[in-house]
Amino acid sequence: MVISVASGKGGTGKTLVATSLALSLKDREKVQLLDCDVEEPNAHLFLKPTFTHSKTVSIPIPKVDEERCAYCGKCAEACHFNAIAVMKEKVLIFRELCHGCGVCSYVCPESAISEDGREIGVVELGYSDGVRFVQGTLIVGEPIAPPVIREVKESAGRGGIVIIDVPPGTSCPVVEAVKGSDFCILVTEPTPFGLNDLALAVETMRELDIPCGVILNRAGVGNGKVEEYCKKEGIPILLTIPLDTEIARLYSRGITLAEGMPEWKEHFLALFNRIREITNERISSAKR
Amino acid sequence: MKELVVLSGKGGTGKTSIVGSFAALAKGKVLADCDVDAADLHLLLSPSVKQESEFWSGRVAVIDEEKCTQCGLCQELCHFKAITDFKVDPISCEGCGYCYHACPVEAITMKESMSGHWFISDTRYGPLVHARLGIAQENSGKLVAVVRQQAKQIAEEKSLDYIISDGPPGIGCPVVSSLSGADLALLVTEPTLSGMHDLERVLGVCRHFGVPALVCINKYDLNEENTRQIESNCLSQGVKVEGRIPFDNVVTRSIVQGVPVVDYSDGRVTREIKRMWDILSMMLRNGSKG
Repeated sequence: MVISVASGKGGTGKTLVATSLALSLKDREKVQLLDCDVEEPNAHLFLKPTFTHSKTVSIPIPKVDEERCAYCGKCAEACHFNAIAVMKEKVLIFRELCHGCGVCSYVCPESAISEDGREIGVVELGYSDGVRFVQGTLIVGEPIAPPVIREVKESAGRGGIVIIDVPPGTSCPVVEAVKGSDFCILVTEPTPFGLNDLALAVETMRELDIPCGVILNRAGVGNGKVEEYCKKEGIPILLTIPLDTEIARLYSRGITLAEGMPEWKEHFLALFNRIREITNERISSAKR
Repeated sequence: MKELVVLSGKGGTGKTSIVGSFAALAKGKVLADCDVDAADLHLLLSPSVKQESEFWSGRVAVIDEEKCTQCGLCQELCHFKAITDFKVDPISCEGCGYCYHACPVEAITMKESMSGHWFISDTRYGPLVHARLGIAQENSGKLVAVVRQQAKQIAEEKSLDYIISDGPPGIGCPVVSSLSGADLALLVTEPTLSGMHDLERVLGVCRHFGVPALVCINKYDLNEENTRQIESNCLSQGVKVEGRIPFDNVVTRSIVQGVPVVDYSDGRVTREIKRMWDILSMMLRNGSKG
């Protein structure tokens, strides 16, 4: 089963939830945690894994053989990302804009374009106290995150419970990270910002046909609008975490709820059971 | 005209609350919400939309079933694994057109798609350019570029002194698009291990693109040891820490009221943000050498 933890708004507690859930479950289930927030991977700060393997992530970018090139400009015309400009006797490649689709080498009538690997990130694998851990890190200055996210997901082992820490937002990196999940936990806070971005995240999950439920973090500040919204939309609130300076302080030091306040393990186990019920119901109703 | 962009790396550190406050404090500025995926600045500024435009940028491949001979070449060639069983998954498709060029029977067309909207609005603090990327759409970087370009145009037309942008979290394409060519970046962090780790990465992005950066530590009293660590890390890199905002629920209460915190309270949070704007505006006027 694959459970992703997303939010829309940043800083609502995704990583705290993902790591606490993993540590609460590890004695019962085979658990893997995939940190797909490759722009700002933070789960390692909480799980402190020992990495045993690492591999670089590259995307293919064009390399032009100027001996063969006739400067016809077909490659620049075909490139949807404006990553190639053909001058009179010079071809310019804008490496950061290239998505590595390969269309330029395909359309080149002179076969002057080959593909060269361009390193954009790294994927590391390891273990943390019985939890298999995979994280991706985008190289600073590189703009395109999805290929690193794809590689993290492909490095997941088979079976067991897979927990995915998703980046904030609603665009391509989020879609890449949550795609294929059986369930998505949306972590939010009871403020107008939290609600606005939760609604966007819910729409995204509906577009992808992934069932979701909400964790309300920092409950106690703000207002009751998130609860009203969830009720109206029929989205279950699976867990409420209060605004508590002690939790914030533990978090600031990189300590999960499962370790810092072990009584929370039970809540996370109950959360997991609830998610399992929801996904099982969905499977059996799909069969009917 | 000078452009300030507020970034953070980590989400939820307080970018929007600070930009909303700068909106209330700065004279002669246009505001730009560059977080086009999950825009929130409008919730503090209650804009009235004056102009709404469609953002056409994406395109997806469509296979004509009648023409398709199911040869499978497109599936084999697609670098994004977007084609299975002779159907294109529009969410995985990046619109590159490889399949369109390669199809031997010309069964594939590239369909333009609308990937969002952008708006020019009036607020009680001045003009705001903001946008809304369609759900699960691509090209957030290009939409950010449109927002900045429009803001720049307004600033030139009205001879405004500042463009103040609320940036997205992370360090990827919309961040690069928000940052490149700006005069100054304010990086908002918090004294947590995550905040510190992410600050280092976003500082790296600022260096990479040659934009001078200043740091503000929000909720600095949550963990004063970490705050000292951030200060010494910044010092060793020659980066100034220009703001230390205390942890105070007044910020959340102002968000609930839908107003910038400086218009909601006269307390210590407001005082510190005012002090910070005085420094930033002076730096922007004097050529912003961080």
